[in-house]
This record gives sequence, C-alpha cells and structure tokens, in this order.
Amino acid sequence: MVCGLAVIYGVGWLVEATVSDYVGRIILQCGINVILAVGLNLINGTTGQFSIGHAGFMAVGAYSCAVTVIGIEDTFGAQLAVLPLPVAQGLVLTVGLLVAATFAGFAGVLVGAPSLRLRGDYLAIVTLGFGEIIRLLFNNADRLGGATGYSGGRPLGLPIYSNFFWVFSWAAIVIVVITSLTRSSYGRALTQIREDEISAESVGIPTTRLKVIAFVVSSMAAGIAGGLYGHMNGSVRPDDFKFDRSIDVIVMIIVGGLGSISGSVLGAIAITVLLEVLREAQQFRLIVYPLLLIATMLLRPEGLLGRRELSLSWLRTRLRGGAK
Amino acid sequence: MSAALLELKGIEKVFGGLRAIGGVSFSVAEKQIFGLIGPNGAGKTTLFNVVTGVYTPEGGSIRFAGEEIAGWKPFRIARAGIGRTFQNIRIAGDMSVLENVLVASFQRRQAGLFGAIFRSARYESEERAMVKRAEELLELFGLLPQKNEDAGSLPYGAQRRLEIARALMLEPKLILLDEPAAGLNSSEADKLKEQIRWLRDKLGLTIVLVEHNMQVVMNVCDHVHCVDHGETIADGTPEHVRNDPEVLRAYLGADVSTEEMNEVVAVVSAHDAARGGKS
Repeated sequence: MVCGLAVIYGVGWLVEATVSDYVGRIILQCGINVILAVGLNLINGTTGQFSIGHAGFMAVGAYSCAVTVIGIEDTFGAQLAVLPLPVAQGLVLTVGLLVAATFAGFAGVLVGAPSLRLRGDYLAIVTLGFGEIIRLLFNNADRLGGATGYSGGRPLGLPIYSNFFWVFSWAAIVIVVITSLTRSSYGRALTQIREDEISAESVGIPTTRLKVIAFVVSSMAAGIAGGLYGHMNGSVRPDDFKFDRSIDVIVMIIVGGLGSISGSVLGAIAITVLLEVLREAQQFRLIVYPLLLIATMLLRPEGLLGRRELSLSWLRTRLRGGAK
Repeated sequence: MSAALLELKGIEKVFGGLRAIGGVSFSVAEKQIFGLIGPNGAGKTTLFNVVTGVYTPEGGSIRFAGEEIAGWKPFRIARAGIGRTFQNIRIAGDMSVLENVLVASFQRRQAGLFGAIFRSARYESEERAMVKRAEELLELFGLLPQKNEDAGSLPYGAQRRLEIARALMLEPKLILLDEPAAGLNSSEADKLKEQIRWLRDKLGLTIVLVEHNMQVVMNVCDHVHCVDHGETIADGTPEHVRNDPEVLRAYLGADVSTEEMNEVVAVVSAHDAARGGKS
C-alpha cells in the first residue's frame, strides 16, 4: 500500500510538472469521476438497485468537507502552522474527507433504509427526489452561502488541496475497497440480489440489510468525491450538483459496462474526456453527446466491458487468441 | 410416527378478493417425504410461499421445530432451517456454478463486513471451509466438473440439481421441492426418486414436494396431502389418496373407477413428462 501511494506521488509530481493547468484539471476530474462511478456501480451494477441521485450524496460530502476544513483551519490554524505545509494541508483534507464520507453515509442510511425495503423502482424515485431536495436545501441555506455557494468566507474561495496525489490515492482506496467487497461473500450475496431477490432470501440472505450496506458504501464514495471536488474547484455551489451530474455518472457506468469495476473506471475516464473534447463543438455538444450514447447502445448494449473485469490473465488469453 | 417438524393450522391467504388458501392444516413428521398435490391453481405453490415467508398468511399458524414462524421474513425462515427450490428455476445464471452454491453460505459466516473487505484470517478460513463444503455438494450432484461454468449455461436437469445443492448448503432440516420432476424425462425422473430418498436416508432431511408427476408422488411419498381451490380434500397414505373419490373428482371432474383412474394417472404423468410438466 505504501508502495502504491509512493507511485501515485511520483506520477503526480511528474504529471504536475509537465502538463498544463487545463489538462491537469481534466485529469483530476477523471479521478473524481472514477470515484463516483465505481461507487455508483456497486449499487446500480452489482446490486441492481437503480439510484439516480448520486449528485445529492456528492453535495452532502462537498459541503460537509468544506465546512470541516474551514472549521479546522480557523480553530487550529496556529497549531497547524508548525507542520510543513503539504502535511498540514493533507491532514486537514483527510479529516474533511472522512467527515464527508460519514455524513454522506448517514444520508445514505436515511434514504436507503426506508426505500430499499421495497422491491422495484422505489429507490429511483426516492433518490431522484433526494438529489433535488438536497440541492434546494443548500440553495436556501444562507449560512452556507445560498445559491452563490460556500467558500468559507474567504475572498479567494476554498483552499485548493485536491492535487493529483490526494485525488488518485482516494480513487485507489475506493477501488480497492469496493473490489474487495465485490469479490467477497458480500459481493456474491449482492449479485444474487440483483439476479433474483426472492431466491436470495430463500438462501438466508437478509436482502434489505445488504442493499442498505451497498447503498451506504456507494454514498460514502460519492461523499469523498464531493469533498475532493470542492477543494479542486475552490467553491461548492448547489448548481454543481444538479440532476445532470447524476445522469453523467449513470452514463459512465452504463458505457463502461454495468457491474464491471474496471468498466466503470474506463467509462468515467472516457466520458470525462469526451465531454471536454466536445466543448469544442459548442452548441452541437448536446447533439453529438446523445448521438454517441445512442451509437454505444446500438453497437455495444452491454457497455465497453460488459460484466467482465479487465485483468492480466484475460488480456493474455485475448492476445493469444488474436495471435492464432 | 415421530414428532411433527412442520405444522400448519388453518392457513388462510387472500389476494384481493380471491381466497387462495382457505383453512389448510397439515403436519409433516420428521424424516417424512410428504407430497402436496392438487390440480393446477389449487394453491400448492402459494402454500410453499406462505411457509417460506414470501407471503404472510392472513390467518392460521405455522409451527416449525417448535417455533411459530408465520410472519417471519423469508431469510429468517431460511436460517431457521427451511430450504426450498422453485417451480421455475431461480438460479443466478450470470454466476458460476460454485458461486451459486456458495451464496447460500452467507448466513453461517461469522466474519462481518470489515472482515470480508480486509480479508481477515477468520474470513479466509471460513471461506476455505465453505468452498470445500460447496464442492462436496457439487460432487454429490455430479456438478463438480462444471463448477466454474456459468450456471445459466447448464442443461435444464443440471440446473434443477444445482438448485437442490444450493438449498442444501443452508444445512436445512426441511426442504421444500416445488415440482422437482417438471421437465425431466422418465429416466431422469427415476433418478430424482432415488435422490429424494437419498436426501432423507443419508442426510436425514424432511422433504415436502409439490409434484404433478403422479408416478413420482405415489412412488416416493410416505404421506400425501391433496388440496383443491385452496382447501384440503384428502390426506393420508398414497394408496388412500389416489383412491379417494374427492381427489378423483378434483382431477377428473367426474366419478370414475379405480382402474380408469390408474389408467388416467399413467397417461397424465407420461404427458406431463413429455411436455415438461408446466402448470
């Protein structure tokens, strides 16, 4: 693990030294979207429960992280000044993100516990409503800046702490934890729930509890992504967490292949880059983007990877097959 | 007769205005092979769903191993020791054969969520033990060579066996088989009879089966209970039930002689086997 973090640190240093600010920002956005997509895939792909309010949990995370970071700095500024700057910043951000994950997870329990009791599309309806309610709440929360957003009362906005190292370290942690969960007895039980809830119960799986666990883990990931997003952007505004963002994440996991973690990673990167590239097309973006999605649905309805995972052994057999 | 393992008393189940089950009572003794029969739409599968908690009965009591289980959640009833299979096979086609069986070990694990995510020593040793047990069960049902294949790619008969293996992974005391012979040809049905007896004799299980294949029912069951329109019309030994005039009337709609009945039974079961026994 230390090794992995060192590699991320090294690559981050290299990337930040070579690429422009604009490209660097897109790379960070890719990382944040990877966290969102891998998190959402756990509930929408692996467990088969359709959540369409991921941006709401992201908003909860973004606001709680920003408030925590500002609060810590205002209270313990003098003590933190003793530490070297990157260490102090990293420490504050880490605490903020843990708080973000906790609050988002708690929101996940509130939304998930009642709606996941039922089978069917209730989760979609409730999460849709939740996403909008959260956004409107923040829109009207004057102490958190209302519609103009929260910047901790600082003229330059929130401190920019989300660099390559932190974004991709968290992305790695989220991917490792969710992969491990998916490949465990819990993951099997979640897949069984997706395949057939009645037969899952018939073999002793407490479906409601497991659906809530998956939903909460997914919400916590969204909270972390939200926290990182706020400290990349320098502000959190209610409009950053509109319904479109939830849809973008859903598109990422569907394009990548519902149920595949490596697919979600690929989908997140592909869609993030695509949206940036299409910026050139200006008003035609809203025509080209859906056309590309329709093409994907027609040509590869199961997504880029389907339910497969990218792995070395799979690549090896694929290459060998190609050589024949 | 040993103590009753499962006892239903005055079960009522209503769907809207339809009274699907109207006061059915029966008791299943330990290590009995109990047949539940009746014409299509008589309420047999509904009774299974009531016993396993998929439906909550409007009235009556269900006692299993001395506990009142009516109104319990299905997963709790499964954990109490009632395994089941389904009329239309419900296995996870996208999961491997081995995983389908392993899924049923979830409730017996002690290592919690964090143990599973961080692969604690306890989780790993439990996982090894469960995989071993699952492979033993697959071996028993002749599915071990296909353990890594997608369950959905197995032939129909093998999927039925896989479903039974999965139910056994629960280590149940009682197993409910919903039309296990449906879609099997006559040699497969003969094999099934052996397997059902084997479940009772070697594993000490109590078995309740819903079945349209009368040859299987009359051959393998110790006790038969016949329902029609959600009500009991006969209960007793296979010989007693097959000769009961009410049963004949329910199946055939008229008075017929025993010889004619036997003839009809033979034709019907052959027909059942031939067309896949769908009800």
